[in-house]
Amino acid sequence: MTSLVVGPAVPEAFLFITATLLLGIAAFLPERRAAEITTPVAVILLLVTAMLVVAVGGGRALAFGGHFVQDEFAAFLKVLTLVVAAGTVLVAPGYLADERMERFEYPLLALFSALGMMMMISANSLLALYMAIELHSLPLYVMAAIKRDSVRAAEAGLKYFVLGALASGLLLYGASLVYGFTGTLMFDELTQRYAGAEAAPLPLGALVGLIFLVAGFAFKLAAVPFHMWTPDVYEGAPTPVTAFVAAAPKLAAVGLTLRVLFEPFGAMVEEWRQVIVLVALGSMILGAFAAIGQSNIKRLMAYSTIGHVGYAFVGLAAGSVTGVQGVLVYMAIYAVMTLGTFACILMMRRQGRYVETLDDLAGLSRSDPLMALAMALLMFSLAGIPPLAGFFAKLYVFLAAVQAGLTWLAVVGVLTSVVAAYYYIRIVKLMYFDEPAEAFDRLRRPELQLVAAASAAFVALFVLWPTPLLTAAEAAARVLVGT
Amino acid sequence: MSFPIPLSHYLVLAAVLFTIGVFGIFLNRKNVIVILMSIELLLLAININFVAFSAYLGDLAGQVFALFVLTVAAAEAAIGLAIVVVYFRNRGSIEVEDIHLMRG
Repeated sequence: MTSLVVGPAVPEAFLFITATLLLGIAAFLPERRAAEITTPVAVILLLVTAMLVVAVGGGRALAFGGHFVQDEFAAFLKVLTLVVAAGTVLVAPGYLADERMERFEYPLLALFSALGMMMMISANSLLALYMAIELHSLPLYVMAAIKRDSVRAAEAGLKYFVLGALASGLLLYGASLVYGFTGTLMFDELTQRYAGAEAAPLPLGALVGLIFLVAGFAFKLAAVPFHMWTPDVYEGAPTPVTAFVAAAPKLAAVGLTLRVLFEPFGAMVEEWRQVIVLVALGSMILGAFAAIGQSNIKRLMAYSTIGHVGYAFVGLAAGSVTGVQGVLVYMAIYAVMTLGTFACILMMRRQGRYVETLDDLAGLSRSDPLMALAMALLMFSLAGIPPLAGFFAKLYVFLAAVQAGLTWLAVVGVLTSVVAAYYYIRIVKLMYFDEPAEAFDRLRRPELQLVAAASAAFVALFVLWPTPLLTAAEAAARVLVGT
Repeated sequence: MSFPIPLSHYLVLAAVLFTIGVFGIFLNRKNVIVILMSIELLLLAININFVAFSAYLGDLAGQVFALFVLTVAAAEAAIGLAIVVVYFRNRGSIEVEDIHLMRG
């Protein structure tokens, strides 16, 4: 327990050391040159780290005196998080250069945030959990406000910071209660004591602490009733930052939530299920109805995120292996769809200015049929239309909910999906059947086209070859829930 | 170990401070700096919790945690103030009531 093994944390150590080195090097290069090299280097570093995670492999191993755990579950989510983070860093530089905020700090902040996400996924004690959450969110606050001459970006950064700090406070208060009433910070010890064969009942104070912890997680995940920051931050922050905030951190936060709820508090399914069901219900309904009136596509994506987190929580509420598998598959597909959609949004530039209202997409099928096709595929997938990936994502979580006897929750999920389909399909209708607006600028940004095309291809072809993702997610889920 | 002041006193104090902090964030209509102070108050209330539990349980982990929280609080304050400065330069004001450019 007390050994300071670093072995399983080699990918994290690699990312930390190389990111710090890159920061040191970039600080001494001329500004323009530094901004040019950091983005490709950051993408490569993220992908190399993902390969290292694969190389370290799945078998359960502890590091840093038990505060850090590496297992199949962590490996699965880390690889996904890193690849998605690399995608969101890759699409950023064009926009940043156009908006005159091309700084080398941007990819570096993304690197440190990604490091925090990896630590979140592997956190095995309340202390590691808190430090990891702070490491992942502090760079995000800065990134949201990185456009220094924009009032909206500054306002987004301020709101994100204040509400994020409040969320950390709630989470930390919960951590202190859990610590005080159980006497330990370590997840392994908590698991042994409260989830084993002759488990003791969890003290009431610790249960209250658990509720505070879940509130903190809901905040980070943008789930109702802690979603208020999401639309404003998504709308106000520069689009590449919105893409970054919307994709990878959600994967990490889901990983953290799953680990806390299933490992140390796995025996208390009945207790925390009620909270999760309420959160899922609220998020699904709000995500479906609040997005209908939106005209800004980034704000619409914010409500879309809230809704999708709600669907993922349906699988979580099931509390079974299939449920966790469903959540993992859901979040993987969600992250890819989000990444692709934001790559398309980043292509919406007209006469040198980026536009972000839905009406700007009108008649896109005539001016840019390929982009319209990619966007249409992604929208159908977000709506959950078979045979696209988004349908299977929903299928697995709803199936798990039905198996766990939560049929009514699955029914609500299906009904809200129908409502949500309205605003996704409205975008398709705008693109294909409305009078064309002026065409977008021809951007020569192969990276945007690559990311958009890859995401669209993934959602379209997932049906042909779903096994790798499903089996990996199942292996990851089994580690967590046991059999 | 002697423990002259009962644990519950510390917990009540921390809970009261925490609540004041949360209300400071939501009810405050004046100034963003007050919000930053409220966030600081939240974290310090939690520290009281950790240290009190740590002394009560005779376990050092809680005090270590409190030290980490102090460090993070410093980083958080630095970032918070930096964002407030950026906001002030753009807007010329840090009144909470002015932060309403976007609905919500």
